[in-house]
Amino acid sequence: MATQHSRIAARFMVAPSVVLLFLWMIVPLVTTIYFSFLDYKLLVPKPTTWAGFDNYYYFLTDRTFIASILHTLAIVLGVLFITVVGGILLALLMNMPFWGQGIVRVLVIAPFFVMPTVSALVWKNMFMNPVNGMFAHIAKGLGFQPFDFLSQAPLLSIIGIVAWQWLPFATLILLTSLQSLDGEQQEAAEMDGASVLSRFFYLTVPHLTRAVTVVILIQTIFLLAVFAEIYVTTAGGPGTATTTISYLVYMQSLVKYDVGAGSAGGIIAVILANIVAFFAMRMIGKNLDA
Amino acid sequence: MARSTTTKSKVIVTIGAWLVGFLIFFPILWIFLMSFHTEGDAIKSPFAMLASPWTTEAYQAVQTQNSYGKFFMNSVVISVGSTVLALIIGIPAAWSMAFVPGKRTKDLLMWMLSTKMMPAVGVLIPLYLGFKVTGLLDTRTGLVAIGTLINLPIVIWMLYTYFKEIPVEILEAARMDGASLSSEILYVLTPMALPGIASTMLLNVILSWNEAFWSLQLTTSDAAPLTQFIASFSAPEGLFYAKLSAASTMAIAPILIMGWFSQKQLVRGLTFGAVK
Repeated sequence: MATQHSRIAARFMVAPSVVLLFLWMIVPLVTTIYFSFLDYKLLVPKPTTWAGFDNYYYFLTDRTFIASILHTLAIVLGVLFITVVGGILLALLMNMPFWGQGIVRVLVIAPFFVMPTVSALVWKNMFMNPVNGMFAHIAKGLGFQPFDFLSQAPLLSIIGIVAWQWLPFATLILLTSLQSLDGEQQEAAEMDGASVLSRFFYLTVPHLTRAVTVVILIQTIFLLAVFAEIYVTTAGGPGTATTTISYLVYMQSLVKYDVGAGSAGGIIAVILANIVAFFAMRMIGKNLDA
Repeated sequence: MARSTTTKSKVIVTIGAWLVGFLIFFPILWIFLMSFHTEGDAIKSPFAMLASPWTTEAYQAVQTQNSYGKFFMNSVVISVGSTVLALIIGIPAAWSMAFVPGKRTKDLLMWMLSTKMMPAVGVLIPLYLGFKVTGLLDTRTGLVAIGTLINLPIVIWMLYTYFKEIPVEILEAARMDGASLSSEILYVLTPMALPGIASTMLLNVILSWNEAFWSLQLTTSDAAPLTQFIASFSAPEGLFYAKLSAASTMAIAPILIMGWFSQKQLVRGLTFGAVK
């Protein structure tokens, strides 16, 4: 099928994509690395000088940086926990026979299609606002003091908002995986006298493992970069209570205009993401062969 | 006996599932309901708001005071433009990788995917400064370019998994029957590839529509899409709940409808074919 001729044609067809992605990835990245070794502040009118590892030292010894790593981890792990556990339960529920499956499915996946700025602002104002939000109205109706979510539990509130956005994704993937479960195998196990519980743990759970892994890896990639939700709700605060690595780099570079330190932070973020990506790629690569 | 217990459990599951579905969907329903009330009524308690008269005031206010149409058009141009461009560049690439695979095809695909895993903040500063120097800051062109590059790996991957499923034997059979290359492409390949291309397009328009890192960083007003417009409500003046609801409803409605049509493709596209 593949002749010498078609091979050459194929190279030409792939080339534009490869060149574009290469430029998109390498040129800015190399520039960021270069900047990260400079003393380069846009607001200070002095010549840019070589800074060695000063920017990295500044970033790594900054208390906010350590805090931002912890906040990022809290968001990633918190959202993963809620969406994976919630997603499994929801997928199991929706995989059972009931009336109106199609409609419920549509309702459940809807939040995934809501743009991040909308979901964050709607939760912030219409639900979590301590004066006019729905939770405040409910609390007052029941005779309690309204709770100011975003100032008293900012990180948890953000985890809640982001989890609401990602729960549909986890549910949909786990449900898809459940539906591809081999029915005959289940029946055979049932006939051999396997109980509901043992069928769940020995057939369903191993089958779901792969889907759960995929959910965890893909969500981690997106969750490490959560930005818009923080930008429109807390702007990293109160104080630095919700400053993540992404947000910190943004603050350093485009608010304080410290290009050098911002770049160093960006490179640290890239290294952290690469550690996750390494495992993700191995996982997806394995599936490619199957 | 057995039948009555299954009916009973089906009723219970139905109630449970609908309740959960309703709760998850509730915030979206609520902004929809709120958007049809006045600013004064929108901040009342939930029942008082529902009991107050309905009006389309907020929709008119968003159109006239905030020129909603401009942001909507920017969103359309940026999301459709970047998707179409990515398809034009990606289709030949996915095509040749699926049908003329070489020794390095798999590595190449993995490498393309790895570009998706680069955190945006790692390349933010050079791009921001580059855009500033070249005057691309706050232009649709700039955002379409970024969007194309963000979409490209997903486009190639999705198309690759779709094209892979087209049996090569059919092409060979057509060739045996004396089909020319052009009729082979036109009558055999295109009809089989179109559904895959369509769903790839749909998913990528959705993803670009909702993209909210680059659009927040690189636009301010002229090229600002809806993500940026909605973000402007984070520091509003005066009462804004009804207006925010109206703007949000209009911003998410088209994508919600498209999204519901692309459920199955969503799984495939976002898991890069790992879960089907």
